Amino acid sequence: MNLQLHYEVPGDDFTRAGEASSAVKKKMKQLGFQPDVVRRMAIAMYEGEINMVIHAGGGEADIEILPDRVTAVLTDHGPGIPDVEQAMQEGWSTAPDNVRTLGFGAGMGLPNIKKYTDEMKIETEIGRGTVMTMTVLVK
Amino acid sequence: MTIADVRRILEAEIICGSDNMDTEVHNACGSDMMSDVLAFVKDQSVLLTGLVNAQVVRTAEMMDMVCIVFVRGKDPGEDIVNLARERDIVLMKTPLRMFTACGLLYDSGLRGGNEA
Repeated sequence: MNLQLHYEVPGDDFTRAGEASSAVKKKMKQLGFQPDVVRRMAIAMYEGEINMVIHAGGGEADIEILPDRVTAVLTDHGPGIPDVEQAMQEGWSTAPDNVRTLGFGAGMGLPNIKKYTDEMKIETEIGRGTVMTMTVLVK
Repeated sequence: MTIADVRRILEAEIICGSDNMDTEVHNACGSDMMSDVLAFVKDQSVLLTGLVNAQVVRTAEMMDMVCIVFVRGKDPGEDIVNLARERDIVLMKTPLRMFTACGLLYDSGLRGGNEA
């Protein structure tokens, strides 16, 4: 099994944020992955999707599903992350106040992704965008 | 307890998912911050919230939660109800405030998931 999936994440509609994660979750369930693996990938990818919508005007999600690992690559063309180390700290957020009224922007997104995945890589360039790669291993 | 017990204890009104009233639930989480729900919830099946938007349903979906209770009588729009219906998530609303709703459920044996 080597399944590649591709999703566009629209940046102008907050209500649609999470559609890609939802589709991946459904697919992984159908393929019979353990519930824990499915949930960890779904939460991490969902946080990433929300981030892309809040900070970067949307982006793209490319998923690779292998029997022993699932990897999501989230690519955006947003402003980039000036200080990744700071962004990784729990509670640190640059989200505008209107995002908090929507229930996000608590500064937990990146720490959550790290917590739920086995591998996480952030490649970012100011003014060009961010590529976030996250992998969950099947143990 | 079951989702039917949650409804009874909170004097809540079912918005959708009335076929799933017999589902057993053991743990719950009360929060308006979905970021916090995604960070701290472990095997919790009921989400109590004062936040009303589509991301509440999506958050519950990602966490495998089976029931969302809107506190302070808040009414979700049709798009939110449809999203929950498609995912087999029970929606209900209670006139109670968050603190009281959580307290009543805790008193009846529902737990937070981490300490239980």
